[in-house]
Amino acid sequence: MWAYFTRRVLIAIPTLWVVITVAFFLMRLAPGGPFDQEAPLPPEIMANLKAAYGLDQPLWWQYLNYLGGLLQGDFGPSFKYKDFTVTELIGQGFPVSIQNGVAALTLTILIGIPLGAMAALRQNSSADHAAMTVAMTGIVIPNFVVGPLLALVFGIWLKETVFALPVGGWNNGAFENRILPVICLALPFIAYVARITRASLIETLRTNYVRTARAKGLPFRMVVLRHAFKTAMIPVVTYLGPATVFLLTGSMVIETIFSLPGIGRYFVQGALNRDYTLVMGVTILAASLVIFLNLFVDLAYAWLDPKVRYE
Amino acid sequence: MSDAPVTSNLRVPHSDALDKAADVEGRSLWQDAFRRMQANRAAMASAIMLIVLAVVCFVGPLFVPWTYEEIDWDLLEATPPNFELKHYLGTDSLGRDMLARLLQGGQVSFMVGILATSVALVIGVTVGAMAGFIGGRVDQFLMRFVDVMYAVPLMFFIIILMVVFGRNFYLMFLAIGFVEWLTMSRIVRGQTLTLRNKEFIEAARASGGSTTSIIIRHIIPNVLGVVIVYVTLTIPQVILLESFLSFLGLGVQAPMTSWGALIAEGAQEMEITPRTLILPAVCLSTTLFCFNFLGDGLRDALDPKDR
Repeated sequence: MWAYFTRRVLIAIPTLWVVITVAFFLMRLAPGGPFDQEAPLPPEIMANLKAAYGLDQPLWWQYLNYLGGLLQGDFGPSFKYKDFTVTELIGQGFPVSIQNGVAALTLTILIGIPLGAMAALRQNSSADHAAMTVAMTGIVIPNFVVGPLLALVFGIWLKETVFALPVGGWNNGAFENRILPVICLALPFIAYVARITRASLIETLRTNYVRTARAKGLPFRMVVLRHAFKTAMIPVVTYLGPATVFLLTGSMVIETIFSLPGIGRYFVQGALNRDYTLVMGVTILAASLVIFLNLFVDLAYAWLDPKVRYE
Repeated sequence: MSDAPVTSNLRVPHSDALDKAADVEGRSLWQDAFRRMQANRAAMASAIMLIVLAVVCFVGPLFVPWTYEEIDWDLLEATPPNFELKHYLGTDSLGRDMLARLLQGGQVSFMVGILATSVALVIGVTVGAMAGFIGGRVDQFLMRFVDVMYAVPLMFFIIILMVVFGRNFYLMFLAIGFVEWLTMSRIVRGQTLTLRNKEFIEAARASGGSTTSIIIRHIIPNVLGVVIVYVTLTIPQVILLESFLSFLGLGVQAPMTSWGALIAEGAQEMEITPRTLILPAVCLSTTLFCFNFLGDGLRDALDPKDR
C-alpha cells in the first residue's frame, strides 16, 4: 500500500513538471504579447515593460525563474490585472469555485445516487424509464444551454413572481445567487451518477453473494443496504476522479454565464486577453487538483473493494 | 436428456437433413448485428433523424435565399419569422437570416464531429493495436504515456492552443482529435490483447505474415465492432467540445458560426428574442440525443457480452 502510494506520488511529480513545461513554452511561442495594443507603444516603453516583467531575459532563465517561483507558491504577476499577482487572483477566485463545486457534488450525491438506486430496484418499471429519460436529457443538454435557459425562465419569465432568482453576480455568496449556478453545474453530474448507480446496482444484485444473503432469509432492504450497496458504489467512486475535470471545465461555463468571480472565469478571461501568467497559473492548479484527486479516488477504491490490492 | 429423441433424430432420412441444411443460410456477425439494430426502434429513428439533419444542413443552404454572413440592410435588428422577406425563422440582432446561420452552424458541428473523430480514430487505433500486439517495452511506454495524458486537464490545453495559434478551424479539429484518442487507444489495446493469442493469428504468423500486415489484415477488422460503437459515442462528445469552445468565444471565428456560438449569441439577446437561444439549443440537443441513442443501440447490437 505504502509502496503504491509512494510510486503514485513519484509519478505525479514528473507529470506536473511536463504540464508546467509544455504550458510555459506554448505560451512563449505565441505570436503577439500581452502588451500589444491597438496603438503600438513606443519602443522605449515596451522595453521598460518587458524589463519590469523579466521578459527581456533569455528564455531558459525566465523558465528557471518561473519554476523557482512556483516552488515558493508564487505564480508571477498578472499581465492584465495590474497590481495583482496571479497568486492573489487565484486566492480570490478559488474559494468561489470550490464552494460551488462542493455544493454541486453534495447535490449529486443526495439526488443522483438515490435516483439511480430507485431506478435499479424497480428495473423496467415506468418510474425507471422516467428516471433514465431525465438522466439522458441531463447528459445530452450541455450546461451552457441549461444555464441561459434557467436564466431565461427564472430571471425573465418569472421575474414578477416569488420564484424570481438573481441570474448573475456573486453578491458575497448570497444564497439566492448560488442556486441557479449550482443547479446548472450539478445537473450533468446527477444524470451521470444516476446512470452509473443504476447499472452497477443491477449488476451487483445479480451476484451470487447477494443471492446467498437473500436465501438465508435476510429482508430485501437489508440485503440492498448492507451487502449490495457498498460494492455497487465502486464505479460511482471511480467516476468522481474524472468528475473533478468536469467540475473544472463546468466552472468555466457557469462562471461565465452567471458572472461569478471564480477561477474558471479568470481562466477564460485570461485566455481571451492573452494574460499568460494567469492562464498558466490556473492550468497548473487544475492539473495538480486532477492528479491528486485521482490518487485519492484510487485509494478510496482500495478501501471499498477488498479485491483491489495495490503493490 | 434421454436417449430416445437422439436416436429418432438419427433416423431422419439422409437426404432430408441435407435439404434442410441447404435452406439454412449462414449469417455473418454484421448481418446479425444489423438485424438486432433494426429491432431497436429508438436507435433506428435516431439514425434516420441524423441523416436527415446532416442532409438538411449541407444541402439546405442551396435553397435558402440568404447566406449565413449576409446582412439584410433593410432590417438590421432581430425580426420574427417573416415569409414575405423570406426569413423563414426570422433574423438575428444584426439582421442575418437565422435559418441560414443555423444550417451553417450545423455544418460546422457535423464536420468537427466527423473530422476530429477521424483524427482520434486513426491515432487511437494505431497506438492501441501497436501497444497490444507488439507488447513488451512498446506497450509499457505507450500506455504510461496515455496514463500521463489522462492526468492532464486537456481542456485547458486546447484553450491554450487556440489562444496561442489563433482560432484556426483546422487546428481545432486536430486539437480535439489529439485529446479524444486516449480512450480509443485503451479500448483497442484491450481487444488486441485478447485477440493476440488466438489460433488464426498464430496461423497468419506461421504462414509468414509480417507484424504490420497481421495488424492491418487480422487485428483491425476484428476490433472494428467495438471501435464503431466508441466512434458513435465520441462524435457527440467532440460536437459538445466544439460548441463549448465556441460558446466561450474560443471556437470558430465570426462571421462563421456554429451551434455553440449561436447559443452564446442567443444567450445575450434572450430577453428580447428567446428564439435566437432556443433554436440552436434545440438543434444541438437533438443531434447529441440521437448520437447517444445510436451509440447505445450499436453497443447492444455489436457487444459480444450480450450475445
